[in-house]
Amino acid sequence: MTDAVMNAGRVAFQADGSTGARKGVQVNRLDGGLIKGGKPLSFTFDGKRFKGFEGDTLASALLANGVRLMGRSFKYHRPRGVLTSGSEEPNALVELRSGGRQEPNTRATVAELYDGLEANSQNRWPSLQHDFMAINDRFSNFLTAGFYYKTFMWPAAFWEKLYEPIIRKAAGLGSISFEADPDAYDKGFLHCDLLVIGAGPAGLMAALTAGRAGAQVIIADEDFLLGGRLNAETFGVGDLTGAAWVEQAQAELAAMPNVRVMPRTTIIGAFDHGIYGAVERTADHVLAPEAGKPRQILWRIYSKRAMLAAGATERPIAFENNDRPGVMLAGAVRAYANRWAVTPDQTVAVFTNNDDGHRTAADLIAKGVKVTAVIDTRADAPAVEGAELFAGAQVIDTKGRLGLESVRLRLASGITRDVPCGALAVSGGWNPNVHLTCHQRGRPAWREDIAAFVPAGELPQNMVVAGAANGDFSTAAALRAGAEGAVAALSKLGIEAKVGELPEAEDAPVNVTPFWYVKEGKGRAWLDQQNDVTVKDVKLAHQENFRSVEHLKRYTTLGMATDQGKTSNMGGLAIMAELAGKQIPEVGTTMFRPPYTPVSFGVMAGRSVGEEFRPTRKTPSHKWAEEQGAVFVEVGQWLRAQWFPKAGETHWRQSVDREVLQTRNSVGICDVTTLGKIDVQGKDAAEFLNKMYANAFAKLPVGKVRYGLMLREDGIAYDDGTAARFAEDHFVVTTTTANAVLVYRNMEFARQCLFPDMDVQLISTTEAWAQFAVAGPNARKLLQKVVDPEFDISNEAFPFMACGEVTVAGGCRARLFRISFSGELAYEIAVPTRYGDAMIRKLMEAGEEFGAVPYGTEALGVMRIEKGHAAGNELNGTTSALNLGMGKMVSKKKDCIGNTLSEREGMNQEDALKLVGFKPVNAADPVQAGAHLMNADGEVSAATDQGYITSAAYSPVLGCSIGIGFLKRGDSRKGEVIRAVNPLEGKEIQVEVVSAHFVDPEGERLRG
Amino acid sequence: MIINHPILGPRDFQEFTYLGDASLIDRPDWQADNAADQFHDYLYLRDNPAGEHRELWFHEQGDRSWLVVTRNTVTHEILNVELARDVARARGRSK
Repeated sequence: MTDAVMNAGRVAFQADGSTGARKGVQVNRLDGGLIKGGKPLSFTFDGKRFKGFEGDTLASALLANGVRLMGRSFKYHRPRGVLTSGSEEPNALVELRSGGRQEPNTRATVAELYDGLEANSQNRWPSLQHDFMAINDRFSNFLTAGFYYKTFMWPAAFWEKLYEPIIRKAAGLGSISFEADPDAYDKGFLHCDLLVIGAGPAGLMAALTAGRAGAQVIIADEDFLLGGRLNAETFGVGDLTGAAWVEQAQAELAAMPNVRVMPRTTIIGAFDHGIYGAVERTADHVLAPEAGKPRQILWRIYSKRAMLAAGATERPIAFENNDRPGVMLAGAVRAYANRWAVTPDQTVAVFTNNDDGHRTAADLIAKGVKVTAVIDTRADAPAVEGAELFAGAQVIDTKGRLGLESVRLRLASGITRDVPCGALAVSGGWNPNVHLTCHQRGRPAWREDIAAFVPAGELPQNMVVAGAANGDFSTAAALRAGAEGAVAALSKLGIEAKVGELPEAEDAPVNVTPFWYVKEGKGRAWLDQQNDVTVKDVKLAHQENFRSVEHLKRYTTLGMATDQGKTSNMGGLAIMAELAGKQIPEVGTTMFRPPYTPVSFGVMAGRSVGEEFRPTRKTPSHKWAEEQGAVFVEVGQWLRAQWFPKAGETHWRQSVDREVLQTRNSVGICDVTTLGKIDVQGKDAAEFLNKMYANAFAKLPVGKVRYGLMLREDGIAYDDGTAARFAEDHFVVTTTTANAVLVYRNMEFARQCLFPDMDVQLISTTEAWAQFAVAGPNARKLLQKVVDPEFDISNEAFPFMACGEVTVAGGCRARLFRISFSGELAYEIAVPTRYGDAMIRKLMEAGEEFGAVPYGTEALGVMRIEKGHAAGNELNGTTSALNLGMGKMVSKKKDCIGNTLSEREGMNQEDALKLVGFKPVNAADPVQAGAHLMNADGEVSAATDQGYITSAAYSPVLGCSIGIGFLKRGDSRKGEVIRAVNPLEGKEIQVEVVSAHFVDPEGERLRG
Repeated sequence: MIINHPILGPRDFQEFTYLGDASLIDRPDWQADNAADQFHDYLYLRDNPAGEHRELWFHEQGDRSWLVVTRNTVTHEILNVELARDVARARGRSK
């Protein structure tokens, strides 16, 4: 038949073919269906305006409007149309919405139509009809399985710069707008006795049975309409139509307070111990979410029992040019006709290897659609009424550039015949949706009688499978399995349920003769349409010895696209088995992994975006610091003031230098609340701290503070802080900000697991106390104005390293510690956190007469470097007490975490690194942290490395840049001039090795 | 995963922090003749079984109990949950 004749036939049919109420509304719209008539919905596809109805998907509405071409393929840019009517769709991927709400790779088959929906095709330029990259199709011989492993091997440098960007641009799917998503996504938790996955006949019957027994039930379905295949078929249930029975069941479930019905909810994964992940699309079916409502919700469902009733997915048959728009799955064509009152074209042919395909022909004929042929691979195919049957025939090729126009048959007699059709409904049989049974350790088993894999092996804990998902394909079998499965599952929980009377329903047996691909033809027969994998690719992989299914998958990319090969894996496996001369069960299947269908990053992130990405911890003086215009810095989860700029200061250094000098000359105040605080109480508190710290604590007198160094068990320095003894059985320990949580965890480990009978209790009080450092020569004078007069804090009564409980501001309880990080006369004063804001204001007010300054983390850092105090840069996970110059602190007379292994030979080498200070020989040279140290002469290499600089700063006291760091034998090299090199930036300066204590090395100030 | 806490009942594992092999309870005697060797083995040598494994979990977002969880590392089945302090005492860590 010529194209002219064929087209004439189609036009003629369209002119007088479809009749009824919707005639003329949309060219391929039929009567009936479960869509709501009335006011049509308006939507656009590639900028063109169309109409559809409530209840449509984007795919059904496009088909109704005669649009078969919906996308271009991934690799070859072949024109593609919709293949399926569900979430397994490989082809009809579109960009939905625009701007911040633009979402790529959305399946048109599950995109619920709404008024104003905006969709665009992807992976084409300049238009879907004329795509320049379709040239790839001409080079298909070079783009076969594994092409990029073979083609782009040399030169290696070309890969990143040249090949990869080109391939990424040419191959690919949708695009994103790079605008922020304006919508909210939520997370939630649900609990139930029975989770029913899928609301087809099996799932609904299970939910009814369990709900009537009073069990807590959740029933979830990815579709917006419950019912599964009952919506797509013409079968009745009992006296009702399928749809009417579903409606009745849904109404009964909705009236039960113990049942939660969740449409538009995909169970994406089966996790350990009966936990399931679910994505509920609460607002994807409207133009925009209601104010304050989320677009999607990620649920974590804790189920005591679960039933998988996810149905089955039809599989195609591969033949040459089987990817033309209009070639669809037979069950999908039937679903479009029965549920959405749409036919993909006015002339349809059917190609099947099983009885189920014949239903499509019968349903279309009943709807007045012309079925031009039923092609059945079986010589003994059952008779067909109203269409010509070709038994024992095969489809060997198709025609039509941007859409199917005709198919060519090889008849049983051997002759060929062309049959006109705008759509071909293909059925290769049905695969149970076993995916979730594989998410733990399930391995499906082959069932010969239905030629399909069914759930087997170790299923997720407490899961049962019912209905088509279990290989029971008839409606009657599904209803029974749903009811019986629910009763069995609940009986394990001690809930008595009854199967009850089941409605009568269709109970047809499965008649299928496996047929995977048509062997005739030299062209390409497509298996995985989303990743453009053909029968030839599988054969090539086999030829190149990729024999395991997992290798086949990765080499050809079969089943690796966003649809996880739901329609394609089975065909690939069957061909693989045939080539290897094996049976399908011997070859096995690849694994299915979560998520069942693609999940948006938005719902995974939930509310943890922007400022809420993680918790922000603010110090008690935060509000006050904000009022002062402080610049803040993130320190872990904390926000700390970094410096406090004053009017006229244009560079941070000006602010920091001023804060340092004013603190050293008069007094400065810094919020040090972020340091970890752990309260240690009990008869054995001192003995416990002796175990925790490398240095001794047992003899620390009450009212005194001691510096403490903690080691890891391997002898490396871990953390440092102070322990203040408030009573014989009460210590207050501080940790670094970064390790506050970890040190507490380790101390609890030691308390519970290593020393279980020590009388000691721990509690973290980091957030309970607001703590401020008051440092500088006027620190005492300032505090004497704040601490209540009955407390004597003179140097004699309250010397360096004293601690005690005092009251401030007329009775507010406080803790006072005379400790110094800055090297000045200094105190830390702590008040209950709720008085923190009042305390900083009080301190600043009292300090006014001394010109007290607040200082931030930068000034804090400068002053500690000037004093040579170790911090995170020095306690960097590779350094020991010996390296830090604290080797003598590690007590040999007692057991503590880390002391045994700190004595290892390798950690006590004669040329060990020692912490020292560095001053530039030329005062103008900046010292850089991270610079490596080299001897004055000789080559610069890793072999001659002498150590490295860990911290550096400009010292306003010394008027030059200074650094501290680790130098081999550093303690005996003072006065030596060496080089600090930075090969990355080509820098090198001369530095003099000095004591790390740049300021007040004798410590007179802090004792004054 | 759900960990059946001996005091608090079933809790989501995300409330916990994982440490590792429960043999970390068996910290050697620092005064033993071969203490360095024993500490070396204690710190660096671990079994990594595919199957039953006794391991330490810390209920950090909860009551701060250290637990010894006996878990099948292949199936994630949890066979037993004990307070680590009880295990430590049973292993002779009482003074």
